[in-house]
Amino acid sequence: MKIILHIWRQRNAEDKGRMAHYEVPNVNEHMSFLEMLDVLNEDLIARDEEPVAFDHDCREGICGMCGSMVNGVAHGPKPGTTLCQLHMRFFKDGDELYLEPWRARAFPIVKDLVVDRSAFDRIMAAGGFISVATGSAPDGNAILVPKEAADRSMDAAACIGCGACVAMCPNASASLFMAAKISHLGLLPQGQPERYERAVAMVAQANQELFGACTNIGECEAVCPKEIKLEVIARMNRDFLMAKWTGRGTEEEA
Amino acid sequence: MELDAKCPTGPIETRWDRHQFSLKLVNPANKRKYTILVVGTGLAGGSAAASLAELGYNVKCFCFQDSPRRAHSIAAQGGINAAKNYHNDGDSVYRLFYDTVKGGDFRARESNVYRLAQISLNIIDQCVAQGVPFAREYSGYLDNRSFGGAQVSRTFYARGQTGQQLLLGAYQALERQIGLGAVEMHPRTEMLDLIVIDGHARGIVTRNLMTGKIESHLGDAVVLGTGGYGNVYYLSTNAKGSNATAIWRAYKRGALFGNPCFTQIHPTCIPVSGDYQSKLTLMSESLRNDGRVWVPAKKDDMRPASQIPEAERDYYLERRYPSFGNLVPRDVASRNAKTVCDEGRGVGETKLAVYLDFRDAIERLGKHTIKERYGNLFDMYERIAGEDPYQSPMRIYPAIHYTMGGLWVDYNLMSTIPGLYVIGEANFSDHGANRLGASALMQGLADGYFVLPNTINDYVASTKLAKVDASNASVRDAEEQVVKTTNKLLHNKGTRSVDSFHRELGKLMWEYCGMSRTAEGLKLALSQIPGLREQYWRDVKVLGSGEELNQSLERAGRVADFFELAELMCLDALERSESCGGHFREEYQTPEGEAARDDEHYSYAAAWEFRGVGNQPELHKEPLTFEYVHPAQRSYK
Repeated sequence: MKIILHIWRQRNAEDKGRMAHYEVPNVNEHMSFLEMLDVLNEDLIARDEEPVAFDHDCREGICGMCGSMVNGVAHGPKPGTTLCQLHMRFFKDGDELYLEPWRARAFPIVKDLVVDRSAFDRIMAAGGFISVATGSAPDGNAILVPKEAADRSMDAAACIGCGACVAMCPNASASLFMAAKISHLGLLPQGQPERYERAVAMVAQANQELFGACTNIGECEAVCPKEIKLEVIARMNRDFLMAKWTGRGTEEEA
Repeated sequence: MELDAKCPTGPIETRWDRHQFSLKLVNPANKRKYTILVVGTGLAGGSAAASLAELGYNVKCFCFQDSPRRAHSIAAQGGINAAKNYHNDGDSVYRLFYDTVKGGDFRARESNVYRLAQISLNIIDQCVAQGVPFAREYSGYLDNRSFGGAQVSRTFYARGQTGQQLLLGAYQALERQIGLGAVEMHPRTEMLDLIVIDGHARGIVTRNLMTGKIESHLGDAVVLGTGGYGNVYYLSTNAKGSNATAIWRAYKRGALFGNPCFTQIHPTCIPVSGDYQSKLTLMSESLRNDGRVWVPAKKDDMRPASQIPEAERDYYLERRYPSFGNLVPRDVASRNAKTVCDEGRGVGETKLAVYLDFRDAIERLGKHTIKERYGNLFDMYERIAGEDPYQSPMRIYPAIHYTMGGLWVDYNLMSTIPGLYVIGEANFSDHGANRLGASALMQGLADGYFVLPNTINDYVASTKLAKVDASNASVRDAEEQVVKTTNKLLHNKGTRSVDSFHRELGKLMWEYCGMSRTAEGLKLALSQIPGLREQYWRDVKVLGSGEELNQSLERAGRVADFFELAELMCLDALERSESCGGHFREEYQTPEGEAARDDEHYSYAAAWEFRGVGNQPELHKEPLTFEYVHPAQRSYK
């Protein structure tokens, strides 16, 4: 089949950028979306045109490195699927696809479809952890975790940090990302001592990074490739409010 | 060169304790005066960087991905072993040690493996405390399962995403140290050379992948946790970015390379579907706990699986290995799949696949239970292959997955260059000629959390290093070389893309240095690789500039290294005239077609010394002795 592509090309952060038009004939239905882009890039190289830059690594939907907007939807049309796991059998001959990078003030564009998501790392460094130094742990079975808590914690921990939630949110909010971590750790007994401080510290950092606020739109949940549920945001809000009411957490205005 | 592995002697149970006691310590107040450079942020590098910073060292950490959370450890699915014996099923540190030495086909050091088995206990504790959401029983206790090649339930898991959850644990510990200012993190930064001054590893040369800036970082020791080199085959289960550049350039600076030919082929991967294929996807081998492997009994049987009656199916693993059945170790399962496909009994369009069938398990346990155990894997299979594995059997085929070889290290995990430590898959140490399932995560975390942070103190405390700065001749020389290579690639004006060369190299390696090898094939590969490498340098085309993000340029440097490494792998495979573990030489097999080891002549670790590109490297041998687990033919019958 033939696929018509309109891809955002931008040399670097300073460049203004523009949409470029390409055609990929002979797309095989078993190809992944990124393999289709590989074929395009090989063709561009043969024509002495610089290939399209796009982030990718594991190509099995777990590293969180890939992702772009496909016709306005983060990671494309198939729910619960990263771009690398989207296969061309979900498209048909002659389809016209518009590829754009994640767009958010907190994710500056590096080149073409590649953006800088280091703001996520800084949110994690602010509080997305349990403070346990190597060597100080008791026996694994000394900490009992009810199966239901472990399962729900794992549901939230499945987040791959790809940034689709931010890209899709009209407010460019990082709430689903933060709340997934806050829920993962807050549902476990190990995460209780720092539970409230964690919520306050992470939210404060997100505000500094210029992510927007959550207004319960739910676009994030709809495009999350790991299907993280919106309910994690309610959990984050509860922890955050509790921290404020009880005076726990940092003094910083969040 | 005399290789001193520095293994302790005496009773194996107390070797690590006694060794730790003999190591010098660094005063806690002095640690911040020392800078340790850690390259790679997978399970090994990430856990090491975090742990070293917790101890008080000044740490600089580097990864080529956009975030330390992306390292390929994240893709490990099945689980992590620990000899907890929570199930009262006869497990022990000694049994895990025994299984690992035997599983590695008697080509690993006993001292290292015993330490690994001991430390396995602490890893689980550490990860639980960090909040890794391991699977639990209804009682709240940790759940376990048995895993490829083990007859006890010692594998801890977090659904099918164990690697992800363990890596996030290490990443979170690392981010905590970054937030505290104890680690200076450099993402999107690739190490392109090692700086050696007065015989000691003192720094690295890096390229900032966003700006193209080439710069040096200096310190008191360098730690490489940069993973394996499976991508030399082009198609593998590794991430696209996984590469050998850091360890290869260290090799060219004098670090010996151990057992380069020991590669692991994973039996349960989704088969290749076409020429555009960019990578292979692994399906966790935990699937073999409930799935049954079979092919049609007759050659060229093109009927769909559902129309092949029971009597005309060959459950070849159950038939050949009645006691282990579908759970035989990876190398055995892979080779048998190749054998039945070579016989013309493969399935699917390409006929390079075998069935992994859940029909009986679904009948016995119900679809619900199967879904609970493997739901995400079934979904992944359906996404990629476009078939529903609840309805028809999966098609699987072996693929390159892991490399047991790597830089040679002693018991302290130090390479032959003083001050250069190598941890995780990047070193050669613990898995011998074949790695057992759920052992890679264990080794990466053992090295990073518990071994290296102890052994590196001794080096720092007992070595007097001169002050160096960027004006040092060795630093300038290394930087100049990196600039020269980068410019050469950019201004080559060739006609072929990097990937086209990489695919060609990969095919050659899979054909002649893959699942089974012959002297004839290896010689052929050795005669072809140098020519292909020269052609690469003449004809590779890299567009764009060096002053900004240039993914073709990044790949070009890595593929150049793969060409040199490929040659060393073939040479090592040719030199080792025996079959052991993942290294199967067709000339050396038992009458039943199993690997025939030659302990009299090959009970050693091969450690190769660089002698210039195109020159024959020098082979050094570290003899292996077995005091506890006596070499015998591995039998899984």
